[in-house]
Amino acid sequence: MAGQTKTAHFFDKLPHDKRRPRALITGDKAFKAFTASVASIVVLIIGLMTYYLYLGSRPSIDRFGAGFIVGTEWDPVKGAFGALPLILGTLTTSALALLIALPLSLGVALALSEYMPKKFSNVFSFLVELLAAVPSVVYGLWGLYVLIPFLREVVYPPIRSSLGFLPLFSGPIYGGGVLTASLLLAIMITPIMSAIMRDLFALTPSTLKEAAIALGATKWEAVKLMISYARSGIVAATILGLGRALGEAMAVTMVIGNKFQLLPSSLFDAWYTMAAILANEFIEATDELHISALINVGLLLLVINLIVLICARLIVWRYLKVAGGIMRE
Amino acid sequence: MKRRDIALAGALLIVIAFVGVTIWHFIAPQTTEQGTSPSPQTTKEISINGAGATFPFPLYDKWISEYCKARPNVKINYQPIGSGGGIRAHIDKTVHFAASDAPLSEEQLRRAPGTLHIPMTIGAVVVVYNLPGAPEGLNFSGEVLAKIFLGEITRWSDPAIVALNPGVQLPDKEIVVVHRSDSSGTTYVFTDYLSTVSQKWEEKVGRGVSVSWLAPRAIGAKGNDGVVVTVQQTPYSIGYVEFTYAMKTRLPYGKLMNAAGEYIEPNIESIKKAVEYVAVELPRGDESWSTVSIARSLARNVQARGAYPIVSFSYIMVYKELSTLPGMDEATARALVDFLWWCVHEGQNYAAELYYVPLPPRVVKLNEDTLEMITFNGQRVLGS
Repeated sequence: MAGQTKTAHFFDKLPHDKRRPRALITGDKAFKAFTASVASIVVLIIGLMTYYLYLGSRPSIDRFGAGFIVGTEWDPVKGAFGALPLILGTLTTSALALLIALPLSLGVALALSEYMPKKFSNVFSFLVELLAAVPSVVYGLWGLYVLIPFLREVVYPPIRSSLGFLPLFSGPIYGGGVLTASLLLAIMITPIMSAIMRDLFALTPSTLKEAAIALGATKWEAVKLMISYARSGIVAATILGLGRALGEAMAVTMVIGNKFQLLPSSLFDAWYTMAAILANEFIEATDELHISALINVGLLLLVINLIVLICARLIVWRYLKVAGGIMRE
Repeated sequence: MKRRDIALAGALLIVIAFVGVTIWHFIAPQTTEQGTSPSPQTTKEISINGAGATFPFPLYDKWISEYCKARPNVKINYQPIGSGGGIRAHIDKTVHFAASDAPLSEEQLRRAPGTLHIPMTIGAVVVVYNLPGAPEGLNFSGEVLAKIFLGEITRWSDPAIVALNPGVQLPDKEIVVVHRSDSSGTTYVFTDYLSTVSQKWEEKVGRGVSVSWLAPRAIGAKGNDGVVVTVQQTPYSIGYVEFTYAMKTRLPYGKLMNAAGEYIEPNIESIKKAVEYVAVELPRGDESWSTVSIARSLARNVQARGAYPIVSFSYIMVYKELSTLPGMDEATARALVDFLWWCVHEGQNYAAELYYVPLPPRVVKLNEDTLEMITFNGQRVLGS
């Protein structure tokens, strides 16, 4: 029978498996089918999501076409929509957040895995994981009631008076704005990034560190070795953080000032992001074109996420070929 | 081998149970709907679903809990998903009643023929500001407000503001405009008023639940509470919020000049008065309400003494013929109309304590007539 020969052929490659009972073979097959179906559900969901987002944005795509991506006006009353300021706002705040969060989370992870006494590091690890589980609306409220007044009264005025000659740090201080949103995003993504990085450092073989120290390396040099060993994992953790920052809506909208403009006058000025405008305007939108334009923003956000993630992946693969390959041997 | 078989059988059972539960979950609501078909006499559970505006939600929530306390077999569920969502749900007939801060437009009315508008409560938009050293109750006029929110008046010491407030020392500081970032009925009412009093506003911005703001120094804040917090935190800022929110915080709010030329403080009396002036020209419940705007009517009425100028209704919308709703039966129809009748009468007593403005008698009478129009399978629901 065809089925039997196929099975036999499959297990010929595994020398010891000829003596295995049939039940196990069927179990293997069932499990394989199960994992394959679960994995394909993920693909199916993304496919359906993209399809329905496209379907919903058809009126907007038909009306504006590619002009939607480079348009700089957003006027629901007159029915003029363009998303360029939102795209720039999303990318800028996420990039700034990453710039702040990456060294921060690396430091936290190293402190937890290498420098702290075990007693403390257990407690601190737990706290970091707890922070990673706080819902974003809580971060948003904290940002609105605590972070904004603190930044406006204590942090921003000295920054402006010392660095005000740069256009980035001049102009009026509202409290909320681009820098505040980036800082809040950085605070939000640091816990998850540092939790992953700490696990990575815990997984690096102790022989690596011991060998380095035996060769006369200082602790700092041994740690540097560890970082380069875990490089690809660190990039993966960063991608995860970036994904969260790009898609964050609730917390950002509460602190960014929600001002639709192509470029803010400074980092203290208000701006807007794609996820924030969705959180703001979707609820009460009744006009068909307005709704469609918002769905179009959702579709763009998905595409931009995809592009950013692919770029990040490519970087990781290049790293693995160049550096990782040597490290692993 | 035996053990493995048992494990496999167990896994299979779990899968079957999971699939079964899932299927049952999808089928179950349909069977209950079939079960509640026409048998009005039994005192079985009746559930009514509504969705829509967030602004009246605290009041509706209070009404529902008070109403259902005395009627344990009635369950009313109201989802505050926003006026836009409420109107969509009403057109799609997925709820028994919908709530919105804006009446249906002509276009929406065409897609939902036979809609009755029932004004349930009254809201007002109040101008709040944060001006260190300045007194409460600054005077504003519609024209000056429009210029501030257009970005044409940029300083508190502008002669136009000074002229409205003789004797008040106004700081020479730049004005920070705070507006709603989320689309909302409050923004609609405010921009509707500004469009009425300022030609330039109507041309450049217009009226809508979300508009394109032109003031260069502006912050968008989410929700009424977001605007309150942002104004509180930002010196020299000005914003607009629902009356209820202005009353609950200690922010100073402005007096507004009405068409009669008086500066009116927003309070329950002046808001109620505004509605009384307009009540005479309201349409019947089954007519189109798309052009109803208290703010616009008041702006024309120079006789409206003592009336606060930015006032609006919040509506509940139902279909005149309730049997057109899927899953609706006579008992549910009766309960729904009884609940709405209760809201229009007893319910109004709970309004003031939550800082909502109770309906004046003329509007209550109008609503009584509207509720009497409701039918189920052609039979009047009330009094039959």
